[in-house]
Amino acid sequence: MAKSKPRVKVPKKAKAGEVITIKTLISHTMESGQRKGKDGKPIPRKIINTFTCEFNGQKVFETNLEPAISANPYFEFNMKVPESGTFVFTWVDDDGSVYTKEEEISVE
Amino acid sequence: MAFTTTVKRSVVGGVALALAGLGISASLAQDEESGRTNLPSIEGEKLLTRLKSPQGHPLKWVVSGFEFRTRDTQALQLDDFSNPAFLWVERGEEAWSTAEGEAGKSCESCHGDVEDSMKGVRAKMPKWSTDKNRPMPLEDKINQCRKERMGAEPWKWESDQMLGMTALIGLQSRGMPVNVNLEAGDMMAWWERGQKLYYTRMGQLDLACANCHEDNNGKYIRADLLSQGQTNGFPTYRLKWQKLGSLHRRFKGCMDQVRAKAYKRGSDEFVALEVYTAWRGSGLSVETPAVRQ
Repeated sequence: MAKSKPRVKVPKKAKAGEVITIKTLISHTMESGQRKGKDGKPIPRKIINTFTCEFNGQKVFETNLEPAISANPYFEFNMKVPESGTFVFTWVDDDGSVYTKEEEISVE
Repeated sequence: MAFTTTVKRSVVGGVALALAGLGISASLAQDEESGRTNLPSIEGEKLLTRLKSPQGHPLKWVVSGFEFRTRDTQALQLDDFSNPAFLWVERGEEAWSTAEGEAGKSCESCHGDVEDSMKGVRAKMPKWSTDKNRPMPLEDKINQCRKERMGAEPWKWESDQMLGMTALIGLQSRGMPVNVNLEAGDMMAWWERGQKLYYTRMGQLDLACANCHEDNNGKYIRADLLSQGQTNGFPTYRLKWQKLGSLHRRFKGCMDQVRAKAYKRGSDEFVALEVYTAWRGSGLSVETPAVRQ
């Protein structure tokens, strides 16, 4: 697919200290660099290499991705939310592109 | 018919296991056809994945491919967020309201809201077309609209745009029973042609569709569990493909695997086979976009 597009699911509301589940998915071919094209030449590697999540400027989740990961990588993780704020999700592509998405949460 | 009984038993066993593992919320609604409780559901919508066949049907039970897959794969499909096919559905939504072509129209200009206008469309596919004098799969219908009403370039069968649109339209029928109208026009002739193809051995391995999907479903072919080859989930996100794929791609894959020379996507042969296989799955819930192995 032409352009990578992220999807994120964060609850709109939560109670202070509650553990919430965050789900993320991004469309990406995750080309491993191990395959050969029709012309017999290797297809250059192009994967998402890093995924991070920041909450109110503080890093809460980070992972490095490796070439064996399937297309359209999906991440799900839990987090305790202390206060209202904004999540910033960032995916870094091998070609230097950075895809971001923001989500708000209000904590009562 | 000792053989048939074995197949059936193993399928039933698989169903029970899969359901127990899924821990689907205890809905007490009972499936009248199979007497089963706890049907799988997506966003509160129940899916009928298994029903007793009507008289004259070649199978005793009609079972969706869903039941043949592992818990993990099923779980992907049962949550619209984790189902990767929704990446295509979102693209389809964008395309739905994007004007293209000489007429300056989008799908929305004529059809309005996709949720209303396309409800139930997928369940009746492929549908007889009087002007083309043949049954038309959804892909052909979409391209007919693009060419004749929008004056736009037709989409390629397996393009992301086409898959996005067929997934979006198919999604509007999710949960509705597959119901192909064989009485319209010359549909029966196409059904017969499809049936003939289904039972014709072909390729170096000399196998017909029926050899795997009718005689041996529920058994392993090397590491892969054979399903009944039902079409109710297409276009389907196949983990092996790592993307969404059309029914005709799956047909082609099967033909390649028995080492036959595959027909082209959208060819008369595949359309006939689509008519016939859709009929074999009559009554199953549409699961578009499904997730399979």
